[in-house]
Amino acid sequence: MRYLPLSPAERAEMLGVIGAASVDDLFVDVPEAARLNGPIADLPMHASEMAVERHMTRLAAKNLSAGSAPFFLGAGAYRHHVPASVDHLIQRGEFLTAYTPYQPEIAQGTLQVLFEFQTQVARLFGTDIANASMYDGSTACWEAILMAARVTRKGKAVLSGGLHPHYGEVVRTMARFTGDEIVSLDTDLTAEPDDAAVIGAIDDKTSCVVVQYPDVLGRIPDLAAIAEAAHATGALLVAVVTEPVALGLIEAPGALGADIVVGEGQSLGVGLQFGGPYLGLFGCREKFVRQMPGRLCGQTVDAEGKRGFVLTLSTREQHIRREKATSNICTNSGLCALAFSIHLTLLGGKGLAQLAAVNHAKAQALVERLTRIPGVELLNQVYFNEVTLVLSRDAREVVRELADRGVLGGVSLGRLFPVADGLHKGLLVAATETTTSEDIETFATELEALLVGVPA
Amino acid sequence: MSAVNAAGWKPTMGETGEGGPAMQTASGDYGLMLEEALIFELGSADKSGVDIDAPERAPAAGLAKFLRKGAPALPGLTEPEAVRHYTRLSRQNYAIDLGPFPLGSCTMKHNPRLNEKMARLPGFADVHPMQPQSTVEGALEVIEQLADWLITLTGMASVAMSPKAGAHGELCGLLCIRAALDARGEQRDVVLVPESAHGTNPATAAFAGFKVESIPATPDGRVDVEALKAKLGPNVAGVMITNPNTCGLFEPEMKAIGDAVHAAGGYVYCDGANFNAIVGKVRPGDLGVDAMHINLHKTFSTPHGGGGPGAGPVVLSEALAPFAPLPFVTRGADGSIHLVEEENRGEGHAQAFGRMVAFHGQMGMFTRALTYILSHGADGLRQVAEDAVLNANYVLRSCEDVLPAPFAKSGPCMHEALFSDAGLAEGFSTLDIAKGLIDEGFHPMTVYFPLVVKGAMLVEPTETESKAGLDRFIASLRSLAERAKAGDQSLHSAPHFAPRRRLDETQAARKPVLVWQD
Repeated sequence: MRYLPLSPAERAEMLGVIGAASVDDLFVDVPEAARLNGPIADLPMHASEMAVERHMTRLAAKNLSAGSAPFFLGAGAYRHHVPASVDHLIQRGEFLTAYTPYQPEIAQGTLQVLFEFQTQVARLFGTDIANASMYDGSTACWEAILMAARVTRKGKAVLSGGLHPHYGEVVRTMARFTGDEIVSLDTDLTAEPDDAAVIGAIDDKTSCVVVQYPDVLGRIPDLAAIAEAAHATGALLVAVVTEPVALGLIEAPGALGADIVVGEGQSLGVGLQFGGPYLGLFGCREKFVRQMPGRLCGQTVDAEGKRGFVLTLSTREQHIRREKATSNICTNSGLCALAFSIHLTLLGGKGLAQLAAVNHAKAQALVERLTRIPGVELLNQVYFNEVTLVLSRDAREVVRELADRGVLGGVSLGRLFPVADGLHKGLLVAATETTTSEDIETFATELEALLVGVPA
Repeated sequence: MSAVNAAGWKPTMGETGEGGPAMQTASGDYGLMLEEALIFELGSADKSGVDIDAPERAPAAGLAKFLRKGAPALPGLTEPEAVRHYTRLSRQNYAIDLGPFPLGSCTMKHNPRLNEKMARLPGFADVHPMQPQSTVEGALEVIEQLADWLITLTGMASVAMSPKAGAHGELCGLLCIRAALDARGEQRDVVLVPESAHGTNPATAAFAGFKVESIPATPDGRVDVEALKAKLGPNVAGVMITNPNTCGLFEPEMKAIGDAVHAAGGYVYCDGANFNAIVGKVRPGDLGVDAMHINLHKTFSTPHGGGGPGAGPVVLSEALAPFAPLPFVTRGADGSIHLVEEENRGEGHAQAFGRMVAFHGQMGMFTRALTYILSHGADGLRQVAEDAVLNANYVLRSCEDVLPAPFAKSGPCMHEALFSDAGLAEGFSTLDIAKGLIDEGFHPMTVYFPLVVKGAMLVEPTETESKAGLDRFIASLRSLAERAKAGDQSLHSAPHFAPRRRLDETQAARKPVLVWQD
């Protein structure tokens, strides 16, 4: 067993030091009746590296990977090119196999990265500060609602119909147990986002409005107008960014008046990974710092006056405050935060802006080509790298049939919103810098064949 | 006293220079002890390590009013500069790859590199969570195979795979209990938590809307069963018990506790953070547990990554299984695999309590954990528990003559050896031992936890430490205990040889500086 260093002779010697006759003597506190006397039956025994690799490789081969097909999915998870050095650096053992930096003298590497990460996120979001990451965008969204309730001492959150439905589900699930009131606005196939409905739903009991930017259909809400309406009654604006690359091109939510900005950081450095691990981003105004959830890294000095970094304000956290903590979170997404930070450092501000411009241009090319197909209509004229198309058929079936033809052709609104009526012809398609013109042409040809019946 | 030279990066040694190298270098570096500036001091927004083609067209007219005014103020570095920056930073970290990392309750074991390689296969790493099911059969099968192992190893009925980490798994388990109580039409609002519990337990219970009542520990470090039974009643939703517990001991009365809780109409939540001690030796399902999270980043060796990501699947009893959150993977009678989510929850899964995460959970951790489990097999996992417990008892018996071990007389420990700082010289405490270990080249153990022991030191060597490695650690720990007993003042200023001396945490908290200011 290649991962277990003790030899039988060493085990015997150690038992001698302990004064135990056998290893079973060390398990005496386990009631006899519950003890297993040998390996659990019907499970395989240990296997060589080669054998395990063969098994896992076979399973992997049953999946159609995004890079091996024309690929147009988004809906909260985006495929971007990750520079080779990112994955190399995060696999350095000093990063990969370190723990949460509770002993700062020997964890300055992780801590400085977190400080840099917090600054990058704050600058990207246009917020004063940011934390050291959360589990993912959806859980960060719920934590933002809880925080807004602590800040405003009100308990009603309004969710825009443009919020990713999974995020909405997470929020409603949690709120059912905490008793927070959630007003979820409907999602409609309209060209404009539901800014007016959001503003109309704000009253003096509202703690926050939650608005995705760009929204789940690819539309771009007017955050400044919503922020103004929210602030008029003392409510906060929580902006949700599921595609941070967009912020290379469109204005940062914090600069438009958002009080809390949360997001999914998967786009940079992390990859698709079938949904996880991902990276929750969380930024807000500095005056809310003591109400923030999650870990925070702060700058300080050591006993010799040298600059250094520590985890700070831990009196908000569960290991100190126990049942009075601002969040129960212990583990965050440290290694994903590192990957995000490295990717963003490699891009730089100008690089990110250029990447965003390319993403938008690719989406324009995709829209232009697909809307030439009879039976395809564009819902929203304003978009970043993702748009909603309205097809002449149920989009769920179209997506499945496209997959049979080797094209990963977007996400159907029927799958995202299974209980909503009137959305089933909606298809969400995204393009990024990884999209080629050949991919677009193949997609268009196959889609046209399905909608119009032209033989492929 | 500026630590930064504005003209470039050059750390000063501070005003005292106490304990630092006698000689000052012009660079501020000392051989392989390399300092590193922040990216905000090194980079600029117009520098980049990525070549990007110019966009083929200008932004659409409709986007004009949304456009950002200027590129974000994010510093960029070219690839050689970036690789150097992060490599130099990495060397300021201690890690399992460098030596023992005996943090009690954290299970810092070796992270096999095959796991990393498998998680990076494009068929797993480059797959979108909302691809049509026909294109992700292998990914769903990984989830199903891992689920099957976890169910079998724990003797439970089912498992919710989506929780993102241990605390998230705790929340999932408690929400299943809430949902089950709701289905029974009962309002029970109290959760009993032992005072030795990890802070996440009471925090999670409060997060799930329960009131927390504390259960005392007995003098031998176990849950006070009589005190627990006295608190049971129609308002008690359940108990949260860590087993093996945070004192490193097995709770021998677990089954009796479970029976009493069930008889009173409550449920048993087990914190599975310490499952590494019993995997393959005991099944929690045989002890009356209704829900238990499993930290894949502990027992099943997915890397801690400097603070995550983790993964916290929750195994569930028959009673709680129907309430598990969406999405999940099921296997039909014909062996086919199905993904159940909102779209098709249908009648069979109507009681699912909702959704905890946007997608399927920590897939990248599932592939690593399954790889680890297949490598060990049923026999190897059992050996893991045995070696973890053997190593901890070896440390316990090798140090108990120099450091008080409050519960050692009552018998063996499980996978953690617990010491206290009683008996050190006046003014010396656990912190001095911990910081002294850093100078000795080790990561300190968990300190001041569990709270029920004064100056607690919780040592979890794990099964992946060799005997030679343990002997070196033991020699250092013994030496430090003796120095602290003798009143060796140099311990108060330890560490002397780390990249930084003790850091001023008070200043950091009083005037928080959380982002770089130009």
